[in-house]
Amino acid sequence: MASLTSLTLKGALDGLASGAFSAVELTQAHVEAVEAARPLNAFVLETPEKALEMARASDSRRARGEAGRLDGAPLGIKDLFCTEGVRSTACSKILGDFVPTYESTVSANLFRDGAVMLGKLNMDEFAMGSSNETSAFGAVVNPWRAAGSNQALTPGGSSGGSAAAVAADLCLGATATDTGGSIRQPAAFTGTVGIKPTYGRCSRWGVAAFASSLDQAGPIAKTVEDAAILLTSMAGHDPKDSTSLPVETPDFAAFVGKSVKGLRVGVPKEYRVDGMPPEIEQLWAKGVEWLRDAGCEIVEVSLPHTKYALPAYYIVAPAEASSNLARYDGMRYGLRADGANLTEVYENTRAAGFGDEVKRRILIGTYVLSAGYYDAYYLKAQKVRRRIADDFDRAWESCDALLTPTAPSAAFGLGERQADPIAMYLNDVFTVTTNLAGLPSMSVPAGLDAGGLPLGLQLIGKALDEGTLFSLAGAVERAAGFRAKAQRWW
Amino acid sequence: MAIDAATVRKVARLARIQEPEERLEPLAQELSGILQWIEQLNEVDTDGVEPMTSAVAVSLPMRDDVVTDGGDPSRVLANAPKSVSNFFVVPKVVE
Repeated sequence: MASLTSLTLKGALDGLASGAFSAVELTQAHVEAVEAARPLNAFVLETPEKALEMARASDSRRARGEAGRLDGAPLGIKDLFCTEGVRSTACSKILGDFVPTYESTVSANLFRDGAVMLGKLNMDEFAMGSSNETSAFGAVVNPWRAAGSNQALTPGGSSGGSAAAVAADLCLGATATDTGGSIRQPAAFTGTVGIKPTYGRCSRWGVAAFASSLDQAGPIAKTVEDAAILLTSMAGHDPKDSTSLPVETPDFAAFVGKSVKGLRVGVPKEYRVDGMPPEIEQLWAKGVEWLRDAGCEIVEVSLPHTKYALPAYYIVAPAEASSNLARYDGMRYGLRADGANLTEVYENTRAAGFGDEVKRRILIGTYVLSAGYYDAYYLKAQKVRRRIADDFDRAWESCDALLTPTAPSAAFGLGERQADPIAMYLNDVFTVTTNLAGLPSMSVPAGLDAGGLPLGLQLIGKALDEGTLFSLAGAVERAAGFRAKAQRWW
Repeated sequence: MAIDAATVRKVARLARIQEPEERLEPLAQELSGILQWIEQLNEVDTDGVEPMTSAVAVSLPMRDDVVTDGGDPSRVLANAPKSVSNFFVVPKVVE
């Protein structure tokens, strides 16, 4: 059965449709793979009984001729998504053993289409982190290791469990979320595909909120086509999220494999940053060649405010987080610590429940929103954000999409960058701009570095133009011919 | 702007996070480092720029003012740290 886990989502769906294997067989193989991969710490909760029950229901739907788009496909769900009757903690102690009595819209959409849930995936606490090291359940270990080394590497973050699980063939795809790069950077670090769609494509309802104007859900998958299939199910208008866009969801898979001839692809010169490994620069140049060979017109563009995106983000995101996380007061759910009076109960609960990085961001957010500082910080950041969005609008006058590296390095060692918050924040230097501007962007595995670790290229598109991204990503995927897998050590 | 331990104490109080006295100075240094890094935003000319309030321009939708959910105290209270006869039990607030 081991080979069933090496299938792509598309391959598995075809096999289920042709009757080559059942959903129960496919799920059982993945349940065993999940159990065997506990050293990766990708899952914080395994739900094998639920998975097999969902698989049995899928097999009977298929027998009745009622199979949905994803029927029988075993997936992992990031622990930020509330799942009805299944513990959901955002990998924070403050949620304790929270068991939602409702289902997030995105996971409900996947289950509506027949997907099977294998369990809940590890992540940085409240999605705040770029290395998965802030999780209350401990870091995820990247299935990839550098050649000749046993050093444990980060899978990236915050969706590190999602990326590691997909890369290690523990599931056929996973849900993830991206506030500053949390889908794309882990995808790049693990040789997987990840897309953050346009802000408003996927409902945020039932997803623990971090920074509401930036948070967006999306899939991490083995291939561009798999990501397209998953996003088609996850997306859609939801009246329960007032920022959900009232637009039709196209069949994104139909865009994969389409010719990219004549598309104009911009290369922003500001994405060449100091200290970027030459290998990443070379890979980027290769990506440009691949798209040129596929018939794209390459244009140089300028996004002059790029370097201000991260500092603007570190005002907007903590400000919104400090407000969103005010709800964790120990009264209605989650952890409650003792105290001599109500204020002490609040303070002790939040001191015991939040980890250091979450506290740091709440404090920054509280400070920048406090009396007398709002204009100097938050308002200024929202104006800079407009400048960043305007940069993209100007770029679209001369191109249809942009090609950049996804991250400024390959996966680094666990523990290496914990001491310096700003060094950690710089992981998101290429990804955070599109969260601020609300634009779709996608990471595609494109090559290996000298140590044999995966590197990704990022495609950025116009609002609601994920279709073009899927066509371009398909072209990069075909040209790169990326087939490498992590060598199993777990 | 550099912030001192007293400011951290005040902000932590506002955020309802208990920080032990010995953490205030190290936190002041960390937060000052981050705020100094953020201050490069002052290089950007934002005169006359409208602050961005939403990523994609849409107007906030309105729905009919009708009850869509509710009447289910057991689900509401399912995760309460403490509850009695369909009420949340909270620490005493008034003397």
